[in-house]
Amino acid sequence: MTNHWIDLRNSDCILIIGSNAAENHPISFKWVTAAMTRANNPAKLISVDPRFTRTSSKADIYAPIRSGTDIAFIGGMIRYILNDMQSLSRTERAEKYNLTYLTQYTNAALIIHSEFEGWKDPTHPGLFVGFTENTNPAPGNLGGYSKSKWGYADAGSPDTDAALLGNNWTNWSDLNPKCVLRLLWENYEDFTPEMVEKVTGCPQSTFEQVCEAYAATGAPGKAGTIMYAMGTTQHTYGTQNIRGYAILQLLLGNIGVAGGGINALRGTSNVQGSTDMCLLSHILPGYLSVVNHKLQTLEQYVDTVGRKGKAPVVPKGLAGDKSASWWWLSESAQNYKKYLVSLLKAWWMDNATEENDFCFNYLPKINAGQDADYTHIGTFEAVAKGIVKGMMVWGQNPAVGGPDAEGERKALEKLDWLMVTDLFETETAAFWYRDGADPGSIGTEVFLLPAACSYEKQGSISNSGRWAQWRYKALDPIGEAKSDLAIVDALVLKLKEKYAGETGPKADPINQLYWDYHTEGEYADEADPNKVALEIHGYYTKDVGDKKKGDLVTNFVSLATDGSTCSGNWLYSGMFTTDGRNKAKDRDPVDASLNQIGLYSGWSWCWPINRRIIYNRASVDLDGSPWDDIHPVIAYQEGSHNPATNTCKWLGDIADGGWSPIAVSKNDGKPAYLPFIMQNEGVAHIWGPGRAEGPLPVAYEPWESPLETNLVTGVPAQLDESPKGMPGFNDPCCYVGDLGGMNQRGRPNWEDPTNGFNCVGTTYRVSEHWQAGQMTRNHPWLIELQPQPIAEMGEELADDVGVKNGDIVKVVTARGSIEAVAVVTKRFRRMTIGDKQVDHVGVPWHWGYKGLSKGISPNGSSGNVLTPHVGDANTTIPEYKTFLCRVEKA
Amino acid sequence: MELSRRDFLKFSGVATAGGLAAAKMLEAQPVSAESLDLELSKPIGEVPTICCYCGVGCGAIAAADADKVINIEGDPDHPINQGSLCSKGQALAQMRTVNGKDNPNRLTKPLYRAPYSTEWEVIEDWDTALDMIADRIKKTRDETWLDKIDVGGTSYTVNRTDGIAEFGGGELDNEECYLLAKMARALGLVYLEHCARI
Amino acid sequence: MAKAILFDSTKCTACRGCQVACKQWNNLEAEETVNTGTYENPPDLSSRTWLKMRFIEPPDGDGKVWLFSRRACMHCTEAGCVKVCPTGAVYHHEEGFVAYNKDICSGCGYCVDACPFDVPRMVGSTLTGKKKMEKCVFCADRVANEEKPACVKTCPTGALIYGERTEMVDLAEQRVSKLAADGVDAQLYGKDELDGLHVLYVLAHSPKDYKLPVNPEVSPSVTLWQDILKVMGYAAVGAVAGGLLLNYMVARARMVKEKEGK
Repeated sequence: MTNHWIDLRNSDCILIIGSNAAENHPISFKWVTAAMTRANNPAKLISVDPRFTRTSSKADIYAPIRSGTDIAFIGGMIRYILNDMQSLSRTERAEKYNLTYLTQYTNAALIIHSEFEGWKDPTHPGLFVGFTENTNPAPGNLGGYSKSKWGYADAGSPDTDAALLGNNWTNWSDLNPKCVLRLLWENYEDFTPEMVEKVTGCPQSTFEQVCEAYAATGAPGKAGTIMYAMGTTQHTYGTQNIRGYAILQLLLGNIGVAGGGINALRGTSNVQGSTDMCLLSHILPGYLSVVNHKLQTLEQYVDTVGRKGKAPVVPKGLAGDKSASWWWLSESAQNYKKYLVSLLKAWWMDNATEENDFCFNYLPKINAGQDADYTHIGTFEAVAKGIVKGMMVWGQNPAVGGPDAEGERKALEKLDWLMVTDLFETETAAFWYRDGADPGSIGTEVFLLPAACSYEKQGSISNSGRWAQWRYKALDPIGEAKSDLAIVDALVLKLKEKYAGETGPKADPINQLYWDYHTEGEYADEADPNKVALEIHGYYTKDVGDKKKGDLVTNFVSLATDGSTCSGNWLYSGMFTTDGRNKAKDRDPVDASLNQIGLYSGWSWCWPINRRIIYNRASVDLDGSPWDDIHPVIAYQEGSHNPATNTCKWLGDIADGGWSPIAVSKNDGKPAYLPFIMQNEGVAHIWGPGRAEGPLPVAYEPWESPLETNLVTGVPAQLDESPKGMPGFNDPCCYVGDLGGMNQRGRPNWEDPTNGFNCVGTTYRVSEHWQAGQMTRNHPWLIELQPQPIAEMGEELADDVGVKNGDIVKVVTARGSIEAVAVVTKRFRRMTIGDKQVDHVGVPWHWGYKGLSKGISPNGSSGNVLTPHVGDANTTIPEYKTFLCRVEKA
Repeated sequence: MELSRRDFLKFSGVATAGGLAAAKMLEAQPVSAESLDLELSKPIGEVPTICCYCGVGCGAIAAADADKVINIEGDPDHPINQGSLCSKGQALAQMRTVNGKDNPNRLTKPLYRAPYSTEWEVIEDWDTALDMIADRIKKTRDETWLDKIDVGGTSYTVNRTDGIAEFGGGELDNEECYLLAKMARALGLVYLEHCARI
Repeated sequence: MAKAILFDSTKCTACRGCQVACKQWNNLEAEETVNTGTYENPPDLSSRTWLKMRFIEPPDGDGKVWLFSRRACMHCTEAGCVKVCPTGAVYHHEEGFVAYNKDICSGCGYCVDACPFDVPRMVGSTLTGKKKMEKCVFCADRVANEEKPACVKTCPTGALIYGERTEMVDLAEQRVSKLAADGVDAQLYGKDELDGLHVLYVLAHSPKDYKLPVNPEVSPSVTLWQDILKVMGYAAVGAVAGGLLLNYMVARARMVKEKEGK
């Protein structure tokens, strides 16, 4: 979340899309309800979902859409806003939209490469310039782009469109043909309300209500927020769905302001923190890039990854003329290098020296390029191929949660050994005696370790709003269970014993690993989470000036490139005060923010440096005054500009950089800092050339689509015998997996009357269960509420297949089938898409074959038995949310 | 800031959470007439925790004795949830205690399944379990270790193993996740993932 | 002063925190259920389920309405259960709600028939076979200690609030006016029904749509026979009746006093 939960109450319009917040984040509705019931200007709530949910039941506007058509919907909203902007007079335009924000804080006015060609170019329909199809068989990406023509025309100092900056235009032709805003119009010109209805199934009149309500948040001082979750991300173009939201929010000036933002609702209690700690194949703690084989030295790494772009990009003609370019700051301070060196010191401490490159080569290096995928999907394919032979699973249950779950279960049979820690016996741990498996032919050794639950240990977790909160121990772990911290500590000490006496590249990283977490008393024999937290925050590794070895650093600004500091994760550097107070334990219940907008900055601590709303420099005008007087996030204190440092006193939240406001710095002849400090050009990306499949989202069809032709791009589907996806119909860069032929992949036949997969299937969760179920399917109170897996469907479909409410039905895809209780409801309606009647079937994925509550079919009835092993073009997140299926009475 | 009694108890709970919990020996009883006028039928709880389910981060307060949970409900001081919890949060107690007894499905000892076996066997002590696991890790790691790879005739140092994957976990504490990342990278693992990806 | 719970259906998301909170605080065991084609479960109130949420999809709707309603003891002022209870086990607490002293319940079950909302449930002890009534007790121990009832405390959206009944009526009326101004066919249920319920409902449709009885009343036969039943009841529990009668009369007197004070 750019913002945080309580801040929802400050919003004027809440758009919930790709999320069912009332069911999956129930307490969020405390603040949604607060916004909707406040006395003055109550907020409107919009729910966009294929199914009418508990969230929809509270919405002012419910907009049904076909699963997987978010880009058509959002693209239509973008078109509505652009069309509105263009048709208004200059004065009305400036009243209804925040044109200063749009032109000065985003790249809307910047000029793109003269040879850029959009997806409507007849020589490459549905695709941007620079595409090459991948001719290798799966697994792999469908294709890839050369992005050389996607950048700014002048890469170092992009030009801007003067007419746009001056609000001096009437027609699109008044703007430079390669100006971002005009290219945005061209990208979405065809996304008319008629087209939106045809593609998404949302009635035009409803769609127009949504547009009108949401566009109203574009006025200066108004704020709209987007709440999204896995309904957005779990598509082959999930990243581009979010890009669509970002563009919409930037057009309306909704990022950085109270009641605004792009708010990813995190599904597990510490998935924010576990992501920050980077239990992910492409990053090291603090989102530092993983090392690839081409980067043999620290210097090469820092040069390539840490100084991307080499110098900040400075757009011409904007009021601001300086980018902080935080990641890639290339002047005196090299933040990227500081963070990595401090991490290496935290890991190898005294063994990491300037002479040995701070043990840089102890970090494993992946293969550069696309010949290996190390993400979840790729890992399971490597397991299926026998490349991965041993696996440690800590509190995860991929046998229920992974795509093509039965395929992934089967892949586990190839392992030599598997170690699982969990609270309960999981489907993953029990894969070897699941239905259909023959234990006598499975040679995998399996270890199942009993873990402590959340209140049987202590430590910090970070919520969706980035608040790191300490939780305490209420009682000792059950039986002989141990915390995962105690287990990993004991395991590493064992490994050190095993490698003792060995030397060389295999043994050195283990033997030299700094590992010293025991303290006195309760933690004499196991790791003390308080001590681990201190290492994450960081301290001095030697005396520096008035700092003594062991003194805590202030925060990441104190970190150094010379090895004099350590910090396990720079983002969390700042969680402690220098005298050792752990701010994650802070419980000051007073809201001291400006106008009490609900920041509660004294309650717990959030990264970075307790900034509660990120990008908050965009919440003020060029003079530093809040756009919204009622909900000010930060405000420039008049007269506080310090000419020597070019900084000032900001009131309210921790400002996104302490520099003075743009106009104040400029008047003083100082560099005027642009608001989006993490971007190289200092302004936010409406135009985003970093994504795999294009600088702007295009409405592609899901991997398995009910259509023969993409109704937006006009590109036909690939429907021959061995379907493999079609760039321009499908996402051209999506990841096409292959679990060693264990399960059929590819596009099944929609029309075949006997074997046709003629429904759109989707997976989701219910309020009463949690993720892969191991932490709720053993809880009688929750099982009572939701005892069995369900398959929700509309009355029209149920009639067609002869199913009545409460019947057991079978849902079948090319991967497999599950049985579930039919919930026949008007809340799922048949849609007309193009010339087709499309029905949805929705299945939760919580259930499995272990625990107190099991599925109906022996395979456990998880919805993920049905989902394909394909993934997003940028992240490989699996396409859980849309697939083709059919329903039968069981 | 003036501390309320509740706050004071919580702060002292911070220091002596275990002791405080152990001190709450009141037996849980169904509501009965005797308690109508005066006493709570059980303690409400003073040990602050954060709900383990979704990413909202609601505060809860727990009352427990040495081996069972007596009550867990919302933390009224917490600014996000202000005492409220959803159905899952309200069921937190059953993670440990069901009908006054240990949740019978919780794992309490390390288990081992031998190759081709049809059953779990209990490993009697942790040291043995971790010793066995460390042996497996070392064997696989040593057998699959890559000092260098050859790409287009050039040799590159990579110092990694493709033979071991580590998964998890979005429910673990930050400190746990951090040490898991540290261990994995020190082992040379490149297949490191968790539920944030999916 | 009488207390009340106000349930505002227009704010309820049916997260069912209340349903589990009730079981959690009152140590009620889970029931074994099956799914019958609805999110709603358990199917009905029981001795182990004192509160449940209803999920209602109007059969003639357009699929854009999903109603959620609370089902539990309504804590009536004119309470059939109190009238018929021969032992005084069910009585009006001085704060207006219908309290219950399980220890002196004779297990006669008259309250079950007397309730116009079909709330009380009888359950036999597995050890003695002796029957006892079970129902929501308004978390009497919590409210006596300045804690909200468990269901109210856990409600995230303010769909359940608790306080002085007069204040709850005021808030409910304000909410109804506000909703009406927005074009909702809003109604307040429970203000006058059975001389006033201590669970009030703000509804966005008619009570019928929420499966609430319109004009609920205690059957005249209950009123007619109550004195006879009580006598019979005391005879049945004669051994303990002497002491309990005193309790009963005190409780009764309290209620009368409170009624007069209104």
